[in-house]
Amino acid sequence: MMRRDLCFGILARHISDEIVVPVYQAAQEWRAAKPDYALTFYAIGAMGQASSCALGLALGRPDKRVVVLDGDGSLLMNLGSLVSIANQAPANLVHFVCENGTYEANGGHPIPGRDRVSFAGFARAAGYPKTYEIAELGDFEAHIAGLLREPGPIFIDLKLEPGLPPPQDYAFIHGAAARETFRAALQRG
Amino acid sequence: MSAAGAALSQDNAIEGGIILDALAASGVEYVVSVPDITTSQGLLWPLTKDGRFRLVRVCKEDEGVSICGALSFCGKRALLLMQYTGLLDSLNALRAAGCDYRLPICMMVGLLEKEPGVPPRQSKRFGVRIVEPMLETMGIPHDLFELHPDGARIRPAIDRAYAESWPTALLIGRRM
Repeated sequence: MMRRDLCFGILARHISDEIVVPVYQAAQEWRAAKPDYALTFYAIGAMGQASSCALGLALGRPDKRVVVLDGDGSLLMNLGSLVSIANQAPANLVHFVCENGTYEANGGHPIPGRDRVSFAGFARAAGYPKTYEIAELGDFEAHIAGLLREPGPIFIDLKLEPGLPPPQDYAFIHGAAARETFRAALQRG
Repeated sequence: MSAAGAALSQDNAIEGGIILDALAASGVEYVVSVPDITTSQGLLWPLTKDGRFRLVRVCKEDEGVSICGALSFCGKRALLLMQYTGLLDSLNALRAAGCDYRLPICMMVGLLEKEPGVPPRQSKRFGVRIVEPMLETMGIPHDLFELHPDGARIRPAIDRAYAESWPTALLIGRRM
């Protein structure tokens, strides 16, 4: 099991030109790991929709890699998106799910099926050609560069420890300024 | 504006070809859809053979709200084609992406089993009756398309949605 903040710290060192689509608590922690990264798409809106937002971005900008940092509770709300993504097969989509087994933003309650469901199994059955599970930080560090270069869509289940919620700034994440910063960065290249 | 009060026959009913031409003229490149029997034969099947559009089939309509919203950041125009039941199922995504974030979510919505020529609010179908009031509660403009001349209003509605960065709902009132 890994700490998400440590994973994101490593990931941040490998992200330079990719679009990053993080959800709620992952978004807070991604922002802490890579502050002011303009190609971060915070505009998820409704819970569960990160993967679908990422698909739209991947289709609209096939020249750029799109890295989605999904949540396990979030993905459970939109499992069909795995099928939709696999069906479109965007080669530029890298789909991480941060599996900590809890609704971290809503009191730490366990997700249904905690420790029984297989998120990589869901993705594999949906048609993702490559799926991975990573539970050790050393493995993550060793493989992250290659994973970010692999033809997509690929799916990586990050086995994470439940943790304390990071500082929350929903006003920023849902604010117009974050969206306009992203839009401008995307238009620049 | 509503076509519901006008005479409706097979001769003057709106056709899929008119809609597809209007969508292309509007700059729509992507159509995201869950099939709807109202538009299946006359619109969605022809669209699958129309090289002007990329069809993105999704499992659930709220996916489409997010995909259309995300495409707008890429400077791409998209249409979400679905049944009104899918619209009702997608309200939270539409609230978030469309209304809170002010994104141009363009929706073409089949009013399943609405009686031809009858205004949606006067339909015998409860689900059909609540569509327009629900959209109005959310501040989303809507228009009804049933007749051949109605097709001329598609492009202005889509252009307005992108100009104002706000959702719009194009309601298909008869089976095509």
